[in-house]
Amino acid sequence: MARDSGIWQNSFIFISVDFNFSLRPKIKRQQLQQRQGTKTGKKKKMHSFGYRANALLTFAVTILALMCAIASLSDNLNTPSPSAQIEILNINWFQKQPHGNDEVSLTLNITADLQSLFTWNTKQLFIFVAAEYETPKNALNQVSLWDAIIPAKEFAKFSIHTSNKYRFIDQGHNLRSKEFNLTLHWHVMPKTGKMFANKIVMSGYRLPEDYR
Amino acid sequence: MIVSSALIIWKGLMCITGSESPVVVVLSESMEPGFQRGDILFLQMSKDPIRTGEIVVFNIQGRDIPIVHRVIEVHEQRQSGEVRILTKGDNNDVDDRMLYAQGQFWLKQEHIMGRAVGFLPYVGWATIIMTEKPIIKYILIGALGLLVITSKD
Repeated sequence: MARDSGIWQNSFIFISVDFNFSLRPKIKRQQLQQRQGTKTGKKKKMHSFGYRANALLTFAVTILALMCAIASLSDNLNTPSPSAQIEILNINWFQKQPHGNDEVSLTLNITADLQSLFTWNTKQLFIFVAAEYETPKNALNQVSLWDAIIPAKEFAKFSIHTSNKYRFIDQGHNLRSKEFNLTLHWHVMPKTGKMFANKIVMSGYRLPEDYR
Repeated sequence: MIVSSALIIWKGLMCITGSESPVVVVLSESMEPGFQRGDILFLQMSKDPIRTGEIVVFNIQGRDIPIVHRVIEVHEQRQSGEVRILTKGDNNDVDDRMLYAQGQFWLKQEHIMGRAVGFLPYVGWATIIMTEKPIIKYILIGALGLLVITSKD
Protein backbone atom coordinates (compact mmCIF):
# COMPACT_ATOMS: atom_id res chain seq x y z
CA MET A 1 0.00 0.00 0.00
CA ALA A 2 2.74 2.35 0.94
CA ARG A 3 4.47 1.37 -2.12
CA ASP A 4 1.42 2.01 -4.13
CA SER A 5 0.95 5.46 -2.68
CA GLY A 6 4.63 6.03 -3.23
CA ILE A 7 4.15 5.21 -6.86
CA TRP A 8 1.17 7.45 -7.04
CA GLN A 9 3.04 10.21 -5.32
CA ASN A 10 6.02 9.77 -7.58
CA SER A 11 3.94 9.65 -10.67
CA PHE A 12 1.95 12.59 -9.44
CA ILE A 13 5.15 14.46 -8.95
CA PHE A 14 6.45 13.27 -12.26
CA ILE A 15 3.25 14.21 -14.03
CA SER A 16 3.04 17.61 -12.37
CA VAL A 17 6.65 18.30 -13.15
CA ASP A 18 6.17 17.16 -16.67
CA PHE A 19 2.98 19.12 -16.83
CA ASN A 20 4.79 22.24 -15.70
CA PHE A 21 7.66 22.04 -18.04
CA SER A 22 6.41 20.44 -21.19
CA LEU A 23 2.70 19.99 -21.31
CA ARG A 24 1.60 23.52 -20.42
CA PRO A 25 1.21 25.97 -23.26
CA LYS A 26 4.29 28.10 -23.99
CA ILE A 27 2.89 31.38 -22.74
CA LYS A 28 2.52 30.08 -19.26
CA ARG A 29 6.02 28.62 -19.41
CA GLN A 30 7.37 32.04 -20.18
CA GLN A 31 5.47 33.57 -17.31
CA LEU A 32 6.86 30.95 -14.97
CA GLN A 33 10.37 31.51 -16.17
CA GLN A 34 9.97 35.23 -15.93
CA ARG A 35 8.83 34.80 -12.37
CA GLN A 36 11.76 32.56 -11.72
CA GLY A 37 14.08 34.98 -13.44
CA THR A 38 15.80 32.53 -15.78
CA LYS A 39 16.95 33.28 -19.29
CA THR A 40 15.47 31.53 -22.26
CA GLY A 41 16.61 31.69 -25.80
CA LYS A 42 13.58 33.57 -27.05
CA LYS A 43 12.48 35.98 -24.27
CA LYS A 44 14.14 39.39 -24.23
CA LYS A 45 15.54 40.51 -20.90
CA MET A 46 14.52 43.95 -19.67
CA HIS A 47 17.25 46.56 -19.88
CA SER A 48 18.87 47.67 -16.68
CA PHE A 49 18.86 51.26 -15.50
CA GLY A 50 22.52 51.64 -16.36
CA TYR A 51 22.00 50.41 -19.90
CA ARG A 52 19.14 52.81 -20.46
CA ALA A 53 20.98 55.73 -18.93
CA ASN A 54 23.96 55.01 -21.17
CA ALA A 55 21.80 54.79 -24.30
CA LEU A 56 20.02 58.04 -23.42
CA LEU A 57 23.25 59.87 -22.73
CA THR A 58 24.85 58.72 -25.97
CA PHE A 59 21.80 59.77 -27.93
CA ALA A 60 21.63 63.16 -26.21
CA VAL A 61 25.31 63.89 -26.87
CA THR A 62 24.99 62.84 -30.50
CA ILE A 63 21.99 65.10 -31.04
CA LEU A 64 23.78 67.99 -29.32
CA ALA A 65 26.82 67.55 -31.55
CA LEU A 66 24.58 67.46 -34.59
CA MET A 67 22.84 70.66 -33.53
CA CYS A 68 26.17 72.42 -33.07
CA ALA A 69 27.25 71.29 -36.53
CA ILE A 70 24.02 72.53 -38.11
CA ALA A 71 24.32 75.86 -36.29
CA SER A 72 27.80 76.23 -37.69
CA LEU A 73 26.72 75.29 -41.22
CA SER A 74 23.94 77.86 -41.10
CA ASP A 75 26.64 80.53 -40.97
CA ASN A 76 27.48 79.67 -44.57
CA LEU A 77 24.06 80.88 -45.68
CA ASN A 78 24.89 84.41 -44.66
CA THR A 79 26.24 86.66 -47.44
CA PRO A 80 27.96 89.57 -45.77
CA SER A 81 28.46 93.00 -47.34
CA PRO A 82 30.75 94.95 -45.05
CA SER A 83 32.22 98.33 -45.78
CA ALA A 84 34.96 100.37 -44.18
CA GLN A 85 37.04 103.51 -44.55
CA ILE A 86 40.15 104.56 -42.73
CA GLU A 87 41.56 108.03 -42.76
CA ILE A 88 44.86 109.12 -41.28
CA LEU A 89 44.06 112.31 -39.46
CA ASN A 90 47.49 113.09 -38.15
CA ILE A 91 51.00 111.78 -37.83
CA ASN A 92 51.66 112.50 -34.19
CA TRP A 93 55.34 111.76 -34.28
CA PHE A 94 57.84 109.79 -36.29
CA GLN A 95 61.12 108.90 -34.68
CA LYS A 96 64.08 106.61 -34.79
CA GLN A 97 64.42 104.72 -31.56
CA PRO A 98 67.72 104.48 -29.69
CA HIS A 99 68.38 100.92 -30.92
CA GLY A 100 67.75 101.81 -34.51
CA ASN A 101 64.13 100.91 -35.23
CA ASP A 102 61.68 103.42 -36.67
CA GLU A 103 58.52 104.16 -34.79
CA VAL A 104 55.51 106.19 -35.81
CA SER A 105 52.39 107.27 -33.98
CA LEU A 106 49.22 108.04 -35.92
CA THR A 107 45.71 109.22 -35.26
CA LEU A 108 43.14 107.37 -37.33
CA ASN A 109 39.51 107.82 -38.14
CA ILE A 110 37.96 104.40 -38.66
CA THR A 111 34.46 104.18 -40.08
CA ALA A 112 32.84 100.86 -40.78
CA ASP A 113 29.56 99.07 -41.22
CA LEU A 114 29.94 95.42 -40.31
CA GLN A 115 26.35 94.68 -39.39
CA SER A 116 25.85 92.16 -42.19
CA LEU A 117 28.46 89.87 -40.68
CA PHE A 118 26.36 89.04 -37.64
CA THR A 119 24.26 85.87 -37.66
CA TRP A 120 22.26 84.25 -34.89
CA ASN A 121 25.29 82.03 -34.26
CA THR A 122 27.72 84.93 -33.77
CA LYS A 123 29.07 85.55 -30.30
CA GLN A 124 31.26 88.51 -31.15
CA LEU A 125 33.27 90.11 -33.89
CA PHE A 126 36.95 90.75 -33.33
CA ILE A 127 38.23 93.50 -35.61
CA PHE A 128 41.63 95.03 -35.99
CA VAL A 129 43.43 97.45 -38.25
CA ALA A 130 46.87 96.44 -39.49
CA ALA A 131 49.45 98.28 -41.51
CA GLU A 132 51.04 96.22 -44.28
CA TYR A 133 54.18 97.20 -46.08
CA GLU A 134 57.34 95.72 -47.48
CA THR A 135 60.98 96.53 -46.92
CA PRO A 136 64.21 95.48 -48.61
CA LYS A 137 64.80 92.89 -45.92
CA ASN A 138 61.24 91.72 -45.37
CA ALA A 139 58.86 90.62 -48.10
CA LEU A 140 55.90 91.37 -45.86
CA ASN A 141 55.37 93.21 -42.62
CA GLN A 142 52.04 93.29 -40.86
CA VAL A 143 51.69 95.36 -37.73
CA SER A 144 48.44 95.55 -35.84
CA LEU A 145 47.64 99.12 -34.82
CA TRP A 146 44.26 98.91 -33.19
CA ASP A 147 41.70 96.29 -32.33
CA ALA A 148 38.24 96.08 -30.82
CA ILE A 149 35.60 93.56 -29.93
CA ILE A 150 32.09 94.12 -31.23
CA PRO A 151 29.75 92.17 -29.00
CA ALA A 152 26.50 92.72 -30.88
CA LYS A 153 25.02 93.88 -34.16
CA GLU A 154 24.03 97.30 -32.79
CA PHE A 155 27.67 98.22 -32.25
CA ALA A 156 28.83 97.06 -35.66
CA LYS A 157 28.23 100.37 -37.39
CA PHE A 158 30.62 102.89 -35.96
CA SER A 159 33.03 105.72 -36.53
CA ILE A 160 35.93 106.20 -34.18
CA HIS A 161 38.85 108.58 -33.74
CA THR A 162 41.78 106.91 -32.14
CA SER A 163 45.52 106.91 -31.96
CA ASN A 164 47.20 103.61 -32.54
CA LYS A 165 46.69 101.24 -29.64
CA TYR A 166 49.80 99.23 -30.41
CA ARG A 167 53.15 100.63 -31.32
CA PHE A 168 54.02 100.81 -34.97
CA ILE A 169 57.68 99.77 -34.89
CA ASP A 170 59.65 98.59 -37.86
CA GLN A 171 62.42 96.02 -37.94
CA GLY A 172 64.97 98.56 -39.04
CA HIS A 173 64.69 102.12 -40.27
CA ASN A 174 62.75 101.72 -43.46
CA LEU A 175 59.66 103.77 -42.79
CA ARG A 176 60.58 107.12 -44.28
CA SER A 177 58.20 107.89 -47.17
CA LYS A 178 57.02 104.34 -46.97
CA GLU A 179 53.86 103.43 -48.84
CA PHE A 180 51.64 101.12 -46.93
CA ASN A 181 48.19 99.55 -46.92
CA LEU A 182 45.77 99.71 -44.06
CA THR A 183 43.68 96.59 -43.73
CA LEU A 184 40.60 96.16 -41.61
CA HIS A 185 40.38 92.50 -40.58
CA TRP A 186 37.43 90.88 -38.91
CA HIS A 187 37.17 87.52 -37.19
CA VAL A 188 33.70 86.17 -36.64
CA MET A 189 33.72 84.21 -33.38
CA PRO A 190 30.69 81.94 -33.32
CA LYS A 191 28.68 80.65 -30.40
CA THR A 192 29.67 77.23 -31.67
CA GLY A 193 31.50 75.94 -34.71
CA LYS A 194 33.72 77.26 -37.44
CA MET A 195 35.34 80.68 -37.21
CA PHE A 196 35.47 82.93 -40.26
CA ALA A 197 37.85 85.72 -41.06
CA ASN A 198 38.23 88.19 -43.86
CA LYS A 199 39.54 91.68 -44.54
CA ILE A 200 39.24 94.87 -46.55
CA VAL A 201 42.48 96.25 -47.91
CA MET A 202 42.79 100.00 -48.34
CA SER A 203 45.88 101.17 -50.09
CA GLY A 204 47.46 104.47 -50.89
CA TYR A 205 48.78 105.62 -47.53
CA ARG A 206 52.22 107.06 -47.19
CA LEU A 207 54.47 108.04 -44.33
CA PRO A 208 56.33 111.34 -44.30
CA GLU A 209 59.79 111.68 -45.75
CA ASP A 210 61.46 112.90 -42.60
CA TYR A 211 61.34 112.25 -38.92
CA ARG A 212 59.23 114.62 -36.89
CA MET B 1 35.35 49.03 -28.09
CA ILE B 2 34.82 52.51 -26.76
CA VAL B 3 38.49 53.02 -26.07
CA SER B 4 39.57 51.81 -29.48
CA SER B 5 36.98 53.89 -31.32
CA ALA B 6 37.98 56.97 -29.32
CA LEU B 7 41.60 56.32 -30.21
CA ILE B 8 40.71 55.93 -33.89
CA ILE B 9 38.81 59.21 -33.88
CA TRP B 10 41.73 61.01 -32.16
CA LYS B 11 44.34 59.68 -34.57
CA GLY B 12 42.07 60.35 -37.52
CA LEU B 13 41.66 63.95 -36.41
CA MET B 14 45.42 64.25 -36.11
CA CYS B 15 45.83 63.11 -39.72
CA ILE B 16 43.06 65.30 -41.11
CA THR B 17 44.11 68.47 -39.39
CA GLY B 18 47.84 67.93 -39.74
CA SER B 19 48.39 69.09 -36.20
CA GLU B 20 49.99 67.22 -33.33
CA SER B 21 47.19 68.06 -31.01
CA PRO B 22 43.99 68.70 -32.90
CA VAL B 23 41.85 69.70 -29.93
CA VAL B 24 42.91 71.94 -27.07
CA VAL B 25 41.10 73.18 -24.00
CA VAL B 26 41.23 76.89 -23.18
CA LEU B 27 42.78 77.16 -19.72
CA SER B 28 43.21 80.88 -19.07
CA GLU B 29 41.07 83.98 -19.34
CA SER B 30 43.46 85.78 -21.64
CA MET B 31 41.20 85.48 -24.67
CA GLU B 32 37.95 86.56 -23.04
CA PRO B 33 35.23 87.30 -23.90
CA GLY B 34 35.72 85.26 -27.02
CA PHE B 35 37.13 82.11 -25.45
CA GLN B 36 36.28 81.28 -21.88
CA ARG B 37 37.96 78.76 -19.65
CA GLY B 38 36.60 75.34 -20.50
CA ASP B 39 35.96 75.88 -24.19
CA ILE B 40 37.61 73.64 -26.70
CA LEU B 41 39.29 74.71 -29.90
CA PHE B 42 39.77 72.68 -33.05
CA LEU B 43 43.17 73.25 -34.56
CA GLN B 44 44.51 72.96 -38.04
CA MET B 45 48.02 73.35 -39.28
CA SER B 46 48.88 73.98 -42.90
CA LYS B 47 52.05 75.12 -44.56
CA ASP B 48 50.51 78.53 -45.31
CA PRO B 49 52.47 81.27 -43.59
CA ILE B 50 50.98 82.67 -40.43
CA ARG B 51 49.32 86.07 -40.86
CA THR B 52 48.05 88.64 -38.39
CA GLY B 53 44.74 88.02 -36.75
CA GLU B 54 45.03 84.26 -36.71
CA ILE B 55 44.50 82.60 -33.39
CA VAL B 56 47.43 80.29 -32.84
CA VAL B 57 48.43 77.77 -30.25
CA PHE B 58 52.08 77.62 -29.34
CA ASN B 59 54.44 76.18 -26.78
CA ILE B 60 57.14 78.12 -25.00
CA GLN B 61 60.30 76.32 -24.02
CA GLY B 62 60.19 75.56 -20.35
CA ARG B 63 56.41 75.72 -20.09
CA ASP B 64 54.29 72.66 -20.67
CA ILE B 65 50.90 74.26 -21.20
CA PRO B 66 50.25 75.49 -24.72
CA ILE B 67 49.14 79.10 -25.04
CA VAL B 68 46.27 80.24 -27.24
CA HIS B 69 46.68 83.84 -28.39
CA ARG B 70 46.23 86.01 -31.46
CA VAL B 71 48.99 87.06 -33.83
CA ILE B 72 49.41 90.83 -33.91
CA GLU B 73 52.65 91.25 -35.84
CA VAL B 74 54.25 89.36 -38.68
CA HIS B 75 57.55 90.06 -40.39
CA GLU B 76 58.37 87.74 -43.25
CA GLN B 77 61.96 87.75 -44.39
CA ARG B 78 62.50 88.04 -48.09
CA GLN B 79 65.42 85.70 -48.54
CA SER B 80 64.73 82.89 -46.12
CA GLY B 81 60.94 83.07 -46.11
CA GLU B 82 61.14 82.83 -42.35
CA VAL B 83 58.40 84.58 -40.41
CA ARG B 84 58.78 86.36 -37.12
CA ILE B 85 55.58 86.44 -35.11
CA LEU B 86 54.39 88.42 -32.13
CA THR B 87 51.28 87.37 -30.25
CA LYS B 88 48.95 88.86 -27.68
CA GLY B 89 45.93 87.66 -25.81
CA ASP B 90 42.76 89.61 -26.58
CA ASN B 91 42.15 90.25 -22.92
CA ASN B 92 45.74 91.18 -22.07
CA ASP B 93 47.04 94.71 -22.16
CA VAL B 94 50.53 93.89 -23.32
CA ASP B 95 51.93 91.57 -25.94
CA ASP B 96 53.45 88.22 -25.12
CA ARG B 97 57.13 89.17 -25.10
CA MET B 98 57.10 88.68 -21.33
CA LEU B 99 55.98 85.10 -21.83
CA TYR B 100 58.55 84.09 -24.38
CA ALA B 101 61.76 82.40 -23.33
CA GLN B 102 64.64 84.51 -22.09
CA GLY B 103 66.14 86.41 -24.99
CA GLN B 104 63.39 85.40 -27.38
CA PHE B 105 61.57 88.34 -28.96
CA TRP B 106 59.67 86.59 -31.72
CA LEU B 107 57.95 83.31 -32.38
CA LYS B 108 58.72 81.33 -35.49
CA GLN B 109 56.47 79.16 -37.64
CA GLU B 110 57.89 76.01 -36.07
CA HIS B 111 56.78 77.07 -32.58
CA ILE B 112 53.16 77.16 -33.72
CA MET B 113 51.22 73.97 -33.08
CA GLY B 114 48.16 74.99 -35.04
CA ARG B 115 45.61 77.62 -35.94
CA ALA B 116 42.22 77.63 -34.24
CA VAL B 117 39.51 77.09 -36.82
CA GLY B 118 36.53 75.89 -34.80
CA PHE B 119 35.18 76.23 -31.34
CA LEU B 120 32.82 74.47 -28.94
CA PRO B 121 31.83 76.08 -25.65
CA TYR B 122 31.91 74.39 -22.24
CA VAL B 123 32.95 70.94 -23.47
CA GLY B 124 36.45 71.27 -22.05
CA TRP B 125 35.31 71.54 -18.43
CA ALA B 126 35.50 67.77 -18.11
CA THR B 127 39.23 67.90 -18.86
CA ILE B 128 39.83 70.85 -16.54
CA ILE B 129 38.05 69.16 -13.65
CA MET B 130 39.93 65.95 -14.20
CA THR B 131 43.27 67.75 -14.32
CA GLU B 132 42.69 69.92 -11.28
CA LYS B 133 41.05 67.30 -9.12
CA PRO B 134 42.70 64.06 -10.16
CA ILE B 135 40.56 62.07 -7.75
CA ILE B 136 37.60 62.54 -10.07
CA LYS B 137 39.66 61.10 -12.91
CA TYR B 138 40.44 58.00 -10.85
CA ILE B 139 36.82 57.56 -9.83
CA LEU B 140 35.71 57.87 -13.45
CA ILE B 141 38.29 55.43 -14.75
CA GLY B 142 37.43 53.02 -11.92
CA ALA B 143 33.73 53.19 -12.71
CA LEU B 144 34.33 52.73 -16.42
CA GLY B 145 36.58 49.77 -15.75
CA LEU B 146 33.95 48.23 -13.51
CA LEU B 147 31.32 48.71 -16.19
CA VAL B 148 33.50 47.04 -18.80
CA ILE B 149 34.19 44.07 -16.58
CA THR B 150 30.65 43.51 -15.39
CA SER B 151 28.97 44.19 -18.71
CA LYS B 152 27.54 41.06 -20.24
CA ASP B 153 27.61 42.37 -23.78
